[in-house]
Amino acid sequence: MTTIKLRSLLALGASAFLLAACQGEDAGGGDTPVEDPATGDTSTDTGDTGDTDTDEDTTDEGDDTEAVDFSIAMITDEGGVDDRSFNQSAWEGMQEWAVDNGYSGERGDGINYYQSNDSADFVPNLNAALADGHDIIYGIGFLLLDSVNDVAAQNPDQWFGIVDEISELDNVVSLTFRDHEAAFLAGVAAAHTTETGQVGFIGGIAGPVIDRFETGFTAGVAHVDESIEVDVQYAESFSDAGIGQQIAAGMFTNGADIVYHAAGAVGNGVFTEARNRLESDPDSQLWVIGVDRDQEEEGNWDGGNFTLTSTLKGVGKSIILSADQTMEEGFPGGKNIAYGLEEDGVGLTRGNMSEEAWAAVEEARQSIIDGELEVPEFTYSN
Amino acid sequence: MAQTANVIEMIGITKEFGTFRANDDVHLDVKKGEIHALLGENGAGKSTLMNILSGLLEPTSGTIKVNGQEVQISSPDVANKLGIGMVHQHFMLVDKFTVAENIMLGKEKHRFGFIDAKEAEKDVQELSDRYGLKVDPKAEIASITVGMQQRAEILKTLYRGADILIFDEPTGVLTPQEIDELMGIMKALVKEGKSIILITHKLDEIKAVADRCTVIRRGKSIDTVEVATTSQQELADMMVGRSVSFKVDKKPANPQEPVLVIKDLVVKEARGFDAVKKISLEVKAGEVLGIAGVDGNGQSELIQAITGLTKVDSGTITLDGKDITNLKPRHITETGLGHIPEDRQKYGLILPMRLEENISLQTYYQKPYSKNGFLQHDKVKEQAKRLIKEFDVRTQSEESPAAALSGGNQQKAIIAREIDRNPSLLIAAQPTRGLDVGAIEYIHKRLVEQRDNGKGVILMSYELDEVMNVSDRIAVMYDGNIIAIVNANETNEKELGLLMAGVSPEKAHEEVKKETGKESESFVESK
Amino acid sequence: MLKVSRSKLDNLLVPIFSIILGFVFGAILMLFFGYNPITAYEAMIMGVFGSPYFLGEALRQATILTFTGLGFAIAFKAGFFNIGVSGQLLAGWVSAIWVALAFPDLPRLVLVPLSIGAGVLFGAIWAGIAGFLRAYFGTSEVIVTIMLNFTALHTTNYIIRNILAVGNTTERISENASLRVGWLTDLTAGSRLNMGFFIAIVVVILYWIFMTHMTAGFEIRAVGLNPFASTYAGMSAKKNIILSMVISGALAGLGGAIHGMGTFGNLFTQNALPNIGFNGIAVALLGLGNPIGIFFSSILFGVLDVGAGFMPNRAGVPDEMASIVIAAIIFFVGANYLIRLVLNKVSTNKAVQNEGGE
Repeated sequence: MTTIKLRSLLALGASAFLLAACQGEDAGGGDTPVEDPATGDTSTDTGDTGDTDTDEDTTDEGDDTEAVDFSIAMITDEGGVDDRSFNQSAWEGMQEWAVDNGYSGERGDGINYYQSNDSADFVPNLNAALADGHDIIYGIGFLLLDSVNDVAAQNPDQWFGIVDEISELDNVVSLTFRDHEAAFLAGVAAAHTTETGQVGFIGGIAGPVIDRFETGFTAGVAHVDESIEVDVQYAESFSDAGIGQQIAAGMFTNGADIVYHAAGAVGNGVFTEARNRLESDPDSQLWVIGVDRDQEEEGNWDGGNFTLTSTLKGVGKSIILSADQTMEEGFPGGKNIAYGLEEDGVGLTRGNMSEEAWAAVEEARQSIIDGELEVPEFTYSN
Repeated sequence: MAQTANVIEMIGITKEFGTFRANDDVHLDVKKGEIHALLGENGAGKSTLMNILSGLLEPTSGTIKVNGQEVQISSPDVANKLGIGMVHQHFMLVDKFTVAENIMLGKEKHRFGFIDAKEAEKDVQELSDRYGLKVDPKAEIASITVGMQQRAEILKTLYRGADILIFDEPTGVLTPQEIDELMGIMKALVKEGKSIILITHKLDEIKAVADRCTVIRRGKSIDTVEVATTSQQELADMMVGRSVSFKVDKKPANPQEPVLVIKDLVVKEARGFDAVKKISLEVKAGEVLGIAGVDGNGQSELIQAITGLTKVDSGTITLDGKDITNLKPRHITETGLGHIPEDRQKYGLILPMRLEENISLQTYYQKPYSKNGFLQHDKVKEQAKRLIKEFDVRTQSEESPAAALSGGNQQKAIIAREIDRNPSLLIAAQPTRGLDVGAIEYIHKRLVEQRDNGKGVILMSYELDEVMNVSDRIAVMYDGNIIAIVNANETNEKELGLLMAGVSPEKAHEEVKKETGKESESFVESK
Repeated sequence: MLKVSRSKLDNLLVPIFSIILGFVFGAILMLFFGYNPITAYEAMIMGVFGSPYFLGEALRQATILTFTGLGFAIAFKAGFFNIGVSGQLLAGWVSAIWVALAFPDLPRLVLVPLSIGAGVLFGAIWAGIAGFLRAYFGTSEVIVTIMLNFTALHTTNYIIRNILAVGNTTERISENASLRVGWLTDLTAGSRLNMGFFIAIVVVILYWIFMTHMTAGFEIRAVGLNPFASTYAGMSAKKNIILSMVISGALAGLGGAIHGMGTFGNLFTQNALPNIGFNGIAVALLGLGNPIGIFFSSILFGVLDVGAGFMPNRAGVPDEMASIVIAAIIFFVGANYLIRLVLNKVSTNKAVQNEGGE
């Protein structure tokens, strides 16, 4: 009995493969290094930008404006599109852009993302996006630099973007952020708020990007009061909340009353630890400073809110701006667009800061924009 | 014995596995209140038949009647309800539970949803008093002796209301004293109106307790006989299908120079106690030295020390004039040692591996079986084929996994492997455990042959008959010491039994002298 | 032939049946959530087989999986659970890249073997530590290898940041250390498929020869199947524990070296242990420890890995769903013992026949 079932299943499997093989043959023969096997296949629609093909014929509904003939895509890093941080911010920006330009905002309609589960996925994902046809393909995060460079070099006619890193290639636009400026303001806020004279910084994985946060933050603290101690630690992860909680516990125990994290999902553990401590000892005064997006809601607890403020990083905004610029003025290839306080590309929220602290922050912000105050940028000593 | 009704009637039972007939028109009837032995060689089909009776297998054809009613025993549960209970060879007990907990397992007594341990313990106590099964209901299984575990297993079936008890090879794991006790228990059970089916291939047990005996050979029921009027020889011949000899046929020994010399050997066991306490011993070429003793008196540790499997604490072991103390097992093997280990399935064979690979387990790395680190499969196969033929190992092919062989054939394969290397000393630990008379006869013959070829042989066994029959000299171990070495033809079971119990040699000798003349060569008896 | 071949057919049927069951279960899941499984599988299969580039990428992934699969398998054969394949891969990766960066100007014929050799050596050492601790102190290899995984991760990141690179990524290794060859790249439309693929095939054959034709392989199998009987037969358990772990780590390290020198051409700080190490476990289990089986299951996993990426964008199945489907397939593949059990029940007849009525 089992044998018969098995045989029929085998037959099913075999026919499926046969089917696939037959259809696969249709897809051969393109000039680009990467062929699109979906060409001529009706089952897929990814906002193709082929010369003759526009998106008008797709089933867009509920939009008055005609969608533009322009599509963009992003490749996430290992964090995935719903990381509540970097990738998510990028995707939200793309959705906003899509709606503004007459698309529905749905995935696959003028915009798309490709998730990477492993660093080995970056290049195939870039090539998949390439095959699907998009005007600009963004690599989200410094981890993708090499991969973007490789694929961009192989496909000089395709436009790419890289976030948080600088590419030298002419068909790549680099979108970087002067995170140190925002981190500097966070340092000023922390210095004006601490009562113990001790604050903490938790980084994700050490490297140019996160080190920039560290440099800015410590400089900001020192700018206000050189005697305030900054405890700096790295989690060696962007995803392990447990480690974040562990490090935060150590910092709070050692007397720090404010912890700034620049560590993605690791920061969730920092918020957890602060909440636990406040709930067991409501009289204590602890603060957490959030990163990349406004993390005020993460700081809610029974006795109020312990998110002092958050540094903001306009990843989504940078994508909107660069896509718009390309449509209007042409692709800013080979350029590095650095977003700082001046361009409103980075910033600091009002949060729960005291009047005094906010005033100091505002003052520092103005000085930086005016060029009176120079925030030291991270450089490697070796 | 009163002529009572049959509680079990199995009529024309046939069970086929594919083309293989495990049971072929088997007839068995068990009377109320009798102990009915089921005798057969390993692989004869006894277990298949009992599995059918206990609902684990369904017969291909045939009828089963319980108390005169025709029944379909489709599952163990049905068998249970019919009052059929099985006392398994490998106990089905949970080590960490107490006796009472094990017994009520699956039939827990509840009170308001809570397990009523007190009540259960009381029930178990009552049962154990009634049938004379001495066991402490509160004792943890892991902490009691094998004999007590078996009694717990028996109680379990009784607790479930069994009237017909099947004992599957119940004595294999017991000491002689425990066997006696078990026989008593079985008799008591029958007296209380229970009926017993005793699966065994041990003839003396059948003679001791059984009323009738059904012999099964190659799946067929040969005959059912009254035990009282049938001799062991007749039973054995029926079982094997030819005339077998019990008495090991051997010429007088011709001992030569010692091959193994042990001096002041001390071996510690895992927990650090001395398991072997300053033993000195010699085994000569051309003799079989038996090692007798109750399990756990240092025999295993002694053998492991000789074979290099355990560390020697102090003292020396010399084999063929070479000091082998604390050498690696392989080195010792190469010096001239063959070892038939205690548990053939655990220590002797790699069951999932092919028979040929198992046969080459001691030689695979040597020429010609291996060249420059590469196995020579054809040579390995050649050797296996030769030994399979020479030692009459019955197998479908040399490529069958060792697991597919019957116990006797597995043992033959091990013996072939060890003897073929022509070692000066052969150590056989419990070589016939669980085997049928045919295989036992063969193995004993081989051991004696080794001796006659001028090699030394150590035979360690818990079975006194075996030690007495095969050995030339017998060393009795008690509490890590050899308390006496006696000549096999000058001693008897009684003396050895006393020595094994730790009675001093002088006293034991005296005891025996008092009863001289009463000793019996128990085997060739007939009425 | 490595297994007890009760039936060679079974050994083939079981994995195939597992795969089909996995696909069917995945299809049911997709149907349940309202997605079209045919479109999804079509997108996956066509995505990979419809384009030489993605087929190349799938084979490249399969290359590394073959090494991690074989690495896990050999320890498993000896009775050990080397959960540290991932860390050993990392150890191999970092040491191969290190050597390649240190001697960029050596001729290719020297530099490639030298770098690979370094990867093999350090992978072997990394696993050897666990083997040594197990052999001499009885420490659980599972716990030790898990801990060594994290040690490898953090040590690698430290080495990158402080020795090999400025920042998170090392420089590219020179052409002389690369495993990529022009004709393979061209053949697969620019994929990263490299010489490692052929090394994998050679290693599969060597592994097979080692396990079936060499005394050392025989000993590893024997110890794994019954350590007691093997010891009684004079084999050294300690030696075989260490040997099997060392080979296991060497294979993982080789995979790491090829990952570094073929796939990436450099090394960068890792956020977590490479998945490809853990997937090797599933590959080995699907391949039933048989090297040729492992090779083919690696290819299957490579196709699944690369193909899954097409399900969201070409069939509208969300990434989460695609991951669940792939996980379901892997689950059924891993659960092939279950299927084996079912098949065994069917063939009980034969087994009982072999063993006689007892």
